[in-house]
Amino acid sequence: MAKVHVSTTVNGEPMEFLCEPYETMLDALRGALGLTGSKEGCASGDCGACSITLDGRLVCSCLMLAAEAEGREIGTIEGMAQGETLHPLQQKFLEHAALQCGICTSGMLVASEALLRKNPDPSEEEVRFWLAGNLCRCTGYDKIVRAVLDAAAEMRETAP
Amino acid sequence: MNIVTDNKWIGQRTIRPDGVDKVTGRAAFAADTTMPGQIWGKVLRSPHPHARIKSIDTAKAEALPGVKAVVTSADVVDFPLEKGAVMLGIQDMRWMCRNVMARDKVLFPGHPVAAVAATTEAIAAEACKLIEVDYEVLPFAIEIDDALKDDAPILHEWNKFDGRPSNIVGKLEHKKGDVAEGFARADVVIERTFTTRPVHQGYIEPHACLISVAADGKTTIWSSSQGQFMVRAMVAHLTGIPQSSIRAIPAEIGGGFGGKTIVYLEPLATLLAKKSGRPVKMVMTREEVMRATGPTSGSKMTVKIGATRDGRITAAQGMFYLQAGAYPGSPIRGAAGCSFAPYDIPHVLSQGFDVCSNRSKVAAYRAPGAPIGAYAVECVLDELAEALKMDALEFRLKNAAREGTKAAHGPTFPRIGYVETLEAAKNSEHYKAPLGTLQGSPRGRGVASGFWFNAGGESSAQVNITEDGNVVVTTGHPDIGGSRAGIANICAELLGIDYKRVSVVIGDTQTVGFSNLTGGSRVLFASAMAVTQSTEQVIKTLRERAAKIWNIDPEAVKWETGAAHPVSPNAGQFPPLTLEELSEKAPSLGGPVGASVQLNTQGAEGGFGTHICDVEVDTDLGIVRVIRYTAVQDVGRAVHPSYVEGQLQGGVAQGIGWALNEEYIYTGDGKVDNPGFLDYRMPVCSDLPMIDTLLVEIPNPKHPQGVKGVGEVPLVPVMAAVANAVHNALGMRFYSLPMSPPKVSAALEAPVAQAAE
Repeated sequence: MAKVHVSTTVNGEPMEFLCEPYETMLDALRGALGLTGSKEGCASGDCGACSITLDGRLVCSCLMLAAEAEGREIGTIEGMAQGETLHPLQQKFLEHAALQCGICTSGMLVASEALLRKNPDPSEEEVRFWLAGNLCRCTGYDKIVRAVLDAAAEMRETAP
Repeated sequence: MNIVTDNKWIGQRTIRPDGVDKVTGRAAFAADTTMPGQIWGKVLRSPHPHARIKSIDTAKAEALPGVKAVVTSADVVDFPLEKGAVMLGIQDMRWMCRNVMARDKVLFPGHPVAAVAATTEAIAAEACKLIEVDYEVLPFAIEIDDALKDDAPILHEWNKFDGRPSNIVGKLEHKKGDVAEGFARADVVIERTFTTRPVHQGYIEPHACLISVAADGKTTIWSSSQGQFMVRAMVAHLTGIPQSSIRAIPAEIGGGFGGKTIVYLEPLATLLAKKSGRPVKMVMTREEVMRATGPTSGSKMTVKIGATRDGRITAAQGMFYLQAGAYPGSPIRGAAGCSFAPYDIPHVLSQGFDVCSNRSKVAAYRAPGAPIGAYAVECVLDELAEALKMDALEFRLKNAAREGTKAAHGPTFPRIGYVETLEAAKNSEHYKAPLGTLQGSPRGRGVASGFWFNAGGESSAQVNITEDGNVVVTTGHPDIGGSRAGIANICAELLGIDYKRVSVVIGDTQTVGFSNLTGGSRVLFASAMAVTQSTEQVIKTLRERAAKIWNIDPEAVKWETGAAHPVSPNAGQFPPLTLEELSEKAPSLGGPVGASVQLNTQGAEGGFGTHICDVEVDTDLGIVRVIRYTAVQDVGRAVHPSYVEGQLQGGVAQGIGWALNEEYIYTGDGKVDNPGFLDYRMPVCSDLPMIDTLLVEIPNPKHPQGVKGVGEVPLVPVMAAVANAVHNALGMRFYSLPMSPPKVSAALEAPVAQAAE
């Protein structure tokens, strides 16, 4: 079967790529598009390391076909910082030491950013349940939850 | 050795050197790299738990268009059984060569029997299906009880125990005093039998590698592991390529917890790359990780402890049977050696048995063996304290090991911090706080302690001053949890400069001296020693350079706040010479400034922790929820407190998973039935509370910064702390893990409250 041609937007940039009909969005990101910040931990939608946004909505890119990106807007970890300026979540993850090995970090950040867009003032419990689809084996989640709450507080203060 | 306490950087929560790369998706992990012309490798794995390989026919696979190479055990260097052990660290190459590719027999479902490299992953997978393997299927045994039966299928026919063919492939015994005499003096003796299930290390990054072998044999390995030098040595052994030709580059590692201290894919990818002449990439699926790597042992243990009426332990005995899986290597040393170590007990008999069975070969998992043994011992201690009507921490305090205590596993303890952890736990807000109540959901509190040996060993480091007066530190240990941040703090402290001027990188095997595994909680302990000595040599050179410029004696120059100064006005009146100035002048003063040190480090003292756990039990659903947790640990010196706390918190989370949910479940035909994250249920964010930590800092007198290993102790007490809390909540004790909802529900519904197992 011939490859599928896909026109899409990734982190605000128009992009085109070819993919096999069975390829996942994660395969396309890591392969054809060279964006390896999204990770494959399970390929079954259980670990969240491949989290991206699709038209602003949080999804597991391992559960989405690459061909489905046609005409849509994809957001990945590579688009989170604005040039040299880190997103407040990225900064707070560093300050709180909310990563150890770092393999889950991309997905955690993408998921957290999606949360704060939807709910700028989440409770600890809301953060914990929102991030329940993102596995971290290193940190016990403590510092991740603190970083997200701290980033949310800072973003509320600086919001226009 | 003097421990400096007035520090600028040591003890600071600095930003880790690799941090920005990791929050922006730039950091390159094992599967993130490509090479020009790369092809894909896949492994054909055994569907059977136990079978003899009668023949393998790869002809059809080799004929498939796109297939570039096929390898079987015939391509892997053999280490014949009869020639005896060939050890690489704790691994016997006889087992490693058979574990990476089955010879003669397959011993677990998932055991590799062949590997294929093809132009795409899909073709490689298709080719695997075309390989014809003729198996003679044999009966199998997975559980310890089954493997120990008189008529059990024997995995390794050559092995004898007590003169008979057996699956017991090893025994270890620690003996102190005479337990019979000790038990005779006891007023209360409690003996219980426990079981634990195999659990996986659960790193989120599957094993992966990318390997190129050039026509002249020069081999480049890009993979994530807990030791690039281990990877190089294993590949050299298993392929015959000399170590000098193998450059093993450590990718960022996405978690290991011990499970990446051995190789699976690298030897196969190397052979495929050599045969095909193309770089070969291999990435495991999660299912392959769960079926064919790790886990740690399941266990069966009987522990007996006696004490006098006034709360003195008189004797302790432990029999620890650990499930090795396909090849010998259970962590019986950790179970038998660590479990009684926190206590001053006059009579101890502790025995470990290594039991092979038809499951993937055991791999190290965070304080290997120690959490298993501690679960049994610390539960029995809880029962003893209850029988003696003593507070659980007071009972432990009364029997605590201290400086001078002779441990059953050999050493006489130097200054240790175990008592301090008990006292800190006793005085903690957590221990003083009431449990609180929730209608219909019983709550309970439990405590437990734990010990781990910690390790020193070989480490190398280089400290080089850049031409612009900054610093690059190269060490040889993959950074698995923030060790680069600790090293930056130490080097900045010694040089008296901003930590941001210190770049810390992990060298590959051909650019930095031999460094042993990232394991045994040894990395910061050992690499800090090598980095300290290297930095001290650099400072000596810088002082000599300043002395030359000032034309005074080097002894009259001191190094402070990033610059050379005369030690006193008597030595001369000179403005300080900064690191930048001395770097600029380096070419005319004798050349580049740098030093490298290679050590076999000694003095890694064992570590102790005490944990407090509160649980709440949903009696309708059988769900145990941890609602508050405090981990107390003697950490020696917290060079970077955030990453020390992180080690404690992460270890606790893993232990809670082990205690409450994680287990290998098998189908009737011997396959793992839950080889994915949906059914192998590790703790998720909403399962856990904040995990409080109390860092007790009793500096290690044998280390320049007072460092003790911290990474492994935090897993040791957890399952017992949770089990003791559940017992406190329900008045019933679980003698088997995990305390999962089905098991808890069944126990709550059983007519007799004490019926849990």
